[in-house]
Amino acid sequence: MLYAILCYHDEDVTCSWSKEQDAAVMAKLAVVQENLARQGRLGPVARLLPTTAATTLRKDRDPPLVIDGPFAETKEQLLGFYLVDCDDLEGALAVARDLGAANPGGSYEIRPVGVFRPGSVNP
Amino acid sequence: MTDMDWIESALTSARPQAIGALLRYFRDLDAAEEGFQEACLRALKAWPQNGPPRDAAAWLIMVGRNVAIDRVRRERKQEALPEESAISDLGDAESELADRLDSKHYRDDILRLLFICCHPDLPATQQIALALRIVSGLTVKQIARAFLMSDGAIEQRITRAKARVAEASVPFETPGAVERSERLAAVAAMIYLIFNEGYSANRAEAGARAPLCEEAIRLTRLLLRLFPTEPEIMGLAALLLLQNARAPARFAADGSIVLLEEQNRALWDRQMIAEGLALIDKAVRHRRRGPYQIQAAIAAMHARAAKPEDTDWSHIELLYAALEQLQPSPVVTLNRAVAVSKVRGPAAALDVIEPLAARLSGYFYFFGVKGGLLMQLGRNEEARVAFDRAIALAGTAAEAAHIRMHLDRLMKPAPPLPVARAAQ
Repeated sequence: MLYAILCYHDEDVTCSWSKEQDAAVMAKLAVVQENLARQGRLGPVARLLPTTAATTLRKDRDPPLVIDGPFAETKEQLLGFYLVDCDDLEGALAVARDLGAANPGGSYEIRPVGVFRPGSVNP
Repeated sequence: MTDMDWIESALTSARPQAIGALLRYFRDLDAAEEGFQEACLRALKAWPQNGPPRDAAAWLIMVGRNVAIDRVRRERKQEALPEESAISDLGDAESELADRLDSKHYRDDILRLLFICCHPDLPATQQIALALRIVSGLTVKQIARAFLMSDGAIEQRITRAKARVAEASVPFETPGAVERSERLAAVAAMIYLIFNEGYSANRAEAGARAPLCEEAIRLTRLLLRLFPTEPEIMGLAALLLLQNARAPARFAADGSIVLLEEQNRALWDRQMIAEGLALIDKAVRHRRRGPYQIQAAIAAMHARAAKPEDTDWSHIELLYAALEQLQPSPVVTLNRAVAVSKVRGPAAALDVIEPLAARLSGYFYFFGVKGGLLMQLGRNEEARVAFDRAIALAGTAAEAAHIRMHLDRLMKPAPPLPVARAAQ
């Protein structure tokens, strides 16, 4: 089953990492990802730019309203996600724990994927 | 990252909010800083054992505030006969403080803290040093390294700045809309100064000063999260990101400056460029032009060009003309002239800069541009005179070396014409 691991963290904190700290976290995460990729279990991975670059389209009205910033004002922000193929929740939690050991602080939301299309983008 | 690394970045990120709130309580910069320091010491002891709190800033504010109140209590107790009224006053003050611990204040707290640092009575150098010390939490040693000055000189600069701030009346009331936007503009200008302090350096200094650029970007992102709908703050963030993206390509191996057009664009930081372009897209939608947005748009024209010859110079000329309208200045006109030279040739550009001669007679860059234009027109003798003047006015060794490079080219035979690319 495909699981999304949604990464939440306080952006103020991650933006305070020095370049070296950031690179160190990314290098550790890459090890976990390579492991998953070798097993053929790693789907798309994305790291999002800061929420200051975000725009929200509120479509509960007509015409839809464009708002600066992320959809939800929360203490922790959605900063990225992984798609990982796991047997069950325990498997997904194990992956999340491995990722968490490489990148402490914040939270991972583990969410089973309903529909997945690999898409065609190749930037 | 180790636990301690994690705690340190949590403390750094909570700092502006925590000190801003403590400043509101104590109305005294030193007291706010001391309260925060003490709270940090306690955090370093408590967090590794108990785990970090959910809201680090709130924890630090609460502890910093209690520490200071305890101190006042202790001092009162040491007095021979504590007055009853004094004690009950303190109780009132405490409950009032608790009421004020409210998230809606945070935005104005941080803005006030930044605004105090850019008090108009303070010279720019003091503003920057104070902001880096108080808001960013850089140590005196770190600031001294970035400014290439002694620790003592920076210490003195900060002490003087604090003394002036203490004398001046600090605005503690919640600002109105006009006041808030004025503060925002002053703070944006100061952040841009911090960035330029880090950016306008030669390669030998670039490594030491780079943290100033990163700090300026961090502060701008912080400001933008507080004021997410301000197009000029988006513009400032975009401008800093797009400029900083070019940092890895600015110097050659021998330390000499590499001009924008000669930079290896593969070295530019794509992620910073992506973020900068995204911010400009957002800012443009507001249809409220401003100097930061226009400068960012100019930087974006360069970032979007995969090769120098892809640069849309006629669009850049229009943007400089718009900037000239908003902020008339001979330096902006000079920059427009560079764009004019690309679009309509060096003779047209010379016409643009001719009227600037009197006002820019002491400006290194003016003679550099003038020399370059004359050189393109084959007026080598006049070009040499202009370059000589530029060298005499150069502020740094790197600037002088750069002009000397042009002079060297003047001496050499003409370079071979570029080989025409085969049509595909």
